[in-house]
Amino acid sequence: MITLTMNGLPVTVEEGTTLLEAARFLGFPIPTLCHLEGLSPYGACRLCVVEIGQGTIAKLVTSCTYPAEEGLKVRTASTRVMRARKMILELLLASCPQSKTIQDLASAYEVRKQRFRQEYDDCILCGLCVRMCEEQMMAKAIGFRGRGERRSVGTPFDVPSQACRLCGACMYVCPACQLRCTYNEPEKAICGSCANLSPPCLEKKAFDDMMCYMAPCVACEIRKD
Amino acid sequence: MERLGSPEDFAALQERFIADRDTRIPVIVIPAGTCGQASGANDLIRIAKREVLSNGLAGKIRIRITGCHGFCQAEPSVLIEPEGTFYPQLGIKQMTRVVQAVGEGRVVEDLLWRDRKTYKRVQRQSDIPFFRGQRRTILARNEKIDPIRIYDYIENGGYSALVKVLAEGNPRWVVDEVKASGLRGRGGAGFPTGVKWELLANARNGQGKFLVCNADEGDPGAYMDRSVLEGNPQSVIEGMLIGAYGTGATQGIVYVRTEYPLAIKHLVIALRQAHGLGLLGENILGTGFSFDIQIVKGAGAFVCGEETALIRSVEGERGEPRQRPPYPIERGIGGRPTAINNVETWANIPIIVDEGAARFSKVGSPQNTGTKIFSLVGKVRNTGLVEVPMGITIGEIVHGAGGGASGRAEIKAVQTGGPSGGCLPASMFDLPINYESLTAAGSIMGSGGMIVMDDNTCMVDVAKYFMKFLKDESCGKCFICRKGTQRMWEILDDITTGKGTLEQLNLLEELALAVKDASMCGLGQTASNPVLSTLRYFRDEYLTHIERKFCPATVCRDLFTYRVIAEKCTGCGLCIKVCPTGAITGPRKEVHNLNQSKCIKCRACFEICKFDAIAGDAIIAVPPR
Repeated sequence: MITLTMNGLPVTVEEGTTLLEAARFLGFPIPTLCHLEGLSPYGACRLCVVEIGQGTIAKLVTSCTYPAEEGLKVRTASTRVMRARKMILELLLASCPQSKTIQDLASAYEVRKQRFRQEYDDCILCGLCVRMCEEQMMAKAIGFRGRGERRSVGTPFDVPSQACRLCGACMYVCPACQLRCTYNEPEKAICGSCANLSPPCLEKKAFDDMMCYMAPCVACEIRKD
Repeated sequence: MERLGSPEDFAALQERFIADRDTRIPVIVIPAGTCGQASGANDLIRIAKREVLSNGLAGKIRIRITGCHGFCQAEPSVLIEPEGTFYPQLGIKQMTRVVQAVGEGRVVEDLLWRDRKTYKRVQRQSDIPFFRGQRRTILARNEKIDPIRIYDYIENGGYSALVKVLAEGNPRWVVDEVKASGLRGRGGAGFPTGVKWELLANARNGQGKFLVCNADEGDPGAYMDRSVLEGNPQSVIEGMLIGAYGTGATQGIVYVRTEYPLAIKHLVIALRQAHGLGLLGENILGTGFSFDIQIVKGAGAFVCGEETALIRSVEGERGEPRQRPPYPIERGIGGRPTAINNVETWANIPIIVDEGAARFSKVGSPQNTGTKIFSLVGKVRNTGLVEVPMGITIGEIVHGAGGGASGRAEIKAVQTGGPSGGCLPASMFDLPINYESLTAAGSIMGSGGMIVMDDNTCMVDVAKYFMKFLKDESCGKCFICRKGTQRMWEILDDITTGKGTLEQLNLLEELALAVKDASMCGLGQTASNPVLSTLRYFRDEYLTHIERKFCPATVCRDLFTYRVIAEKCTGCGLCIKVCPTGAITGPRKEVHNLNQSKCIKCRACFEICKFDAIAGDAIIAVPPR
């Protein structure tokens, strides 16, 4: 067992526990987008950063990957952490304003506007779908390609993959496109009144006959018309 | 090539080489690294060979083709041993004269290097200011060695450090020696090499350990690793062998970028020759110690110089970093303990073992021992690789070896550490160069790039250039680095095109601090340095861009127009000649006219005018605050 201090409270956790698991067990809220139990930690969304260490050697680390260490002093919501988190949320809002998940998170952290040029991306490249496909579905049908701003998720050479079983797991885990806000002026952002109108089965032929997990969803009714 | 069966065999071979050496025969040394070949060294080699053969000088003159010596400004150059006569920038015809003169034992006076201040000719390489200010421990070996001949290396004391280590027979001694030398990683972060080795030596793993030489040098304008690998690959191999002996590593990997074909070629030859002599592979020199080195070619992603990304790349995965811990020293390539050191670090190892840690640690300053190679480029007279003791000031490099500003404009700043480094103003040139001082000043040591900038450089534009590089080279895995660098570039682009606002400037700073704080790997954590350091030291330039919509250095094209200053223009006509669009007109010896509608602001007239008669004006007249 390992004893560490979290937000001033002494905590004892099992060896191998990550800081995120420890914090969640204790009820300290840490937001995440790229973390999902059952998938390997990735540390890409950076929302789960916490501050460790003291004085000049204090630093931010991702709690989803950092293992609990003996005597570690962790602050899950210090000024530094909140500043970084808010900036990340602002960047997320600037890129993917239509995701309900992101809007809710931003709203919870009182990020009410963003100051960058508005973009309308869907994907935040959290890698959940890629890891889901590889680790849980054992398919490895999709992966990342490109780097920097040209990074994207897809099948190799954009050819429909033989390995894909159309299981829909990738969509199920997606924080950005699973719930889409269709409010017509997304830059005015967080209205909280979104209707869940556009699941992928409407837009992509390949997902026509997939098992539907999206309830309530009006897509099927729309298609009937 | 005969396999050497024991350290004694090796000693006999080395002694034979040294005994056979005839120092009276003049040697024409032609540096032909990538830089030398690009500027025409291959022609010089051809001419030299032809002249020697056709004039019956074979046997009386030797020719040695080496790697780069460092004085890039003077390429293609030739060095004559044993006198050390240095001929810079030789052409084909001049080479003929040089070979004839060497044959007759003369010196060609009019081809010697000329001092630009005193106009005196300087004969010896060691008297030239560029070389005089240096302490060349690693680079000096490049002159002595033909990189494709292992015998050259052995003749100059090569592999005697390995033999010394094998004779000592105590791995612990090697690690202690490196620790005592105080050598710190030359790749940029400055982690003590000895400590890293100790960790690796103590790491227990039944499946072996890895040593990696990181030759993925991606900084724009930096090429010290390339020069060492091209000019002296054996020293890196020897360093890795010593490291393997000390740490118990079983396999070595040189991770080198495909963009360095000559370095790869020389390395392949060096490895083959070392294998042939029994200095690499199974049962080295009959001592039972085995170690082998493989080359892995990187596809040229900047981020693959980061150690966790490098490991992924070696494993054949996408080159993107992962969050540490676990550190590579615990779980590296294939889950096995791995120590990664830079090329320059490895090249230092044989020197440390050879001359002893005590002597090595006397060079430089106490916490920062030894020498460091910097690649000095930009607006200085002498560009090239300079090897100086640590702790020397920036000014000593720029004004000493560098020879000061290359043009009429004064030196304004130095950018150290590549794209992730920062810009330090001329007022800080007294700063001693070491890992801590540079970090405190908002820059980094990095791998040793040093870009000098003068008054004609716009610092906002510089920050934008580096941010463009970083946004393209960020792997994109972690969100804040990917989007953060993109957004920083976007704001900088707005500022340089006149669309910037003061709110954006604050946002830029806020964002830069967040990116620095929350990024996953070294690339993201240092990506803000170009922005933060220019904001710290050159904020007034940002403000001029935003408030007056004017670029004082006349670089940002949307923010100025050129005009001819009537009082200064002598009507010499130089600008008329260089103007690509014919925007400047006027008779000779009369003040010229500049037609704004034709001007594309290419800067050609601005740069060529000897009388500073071309000036940039703000387009929109906004009164200064």
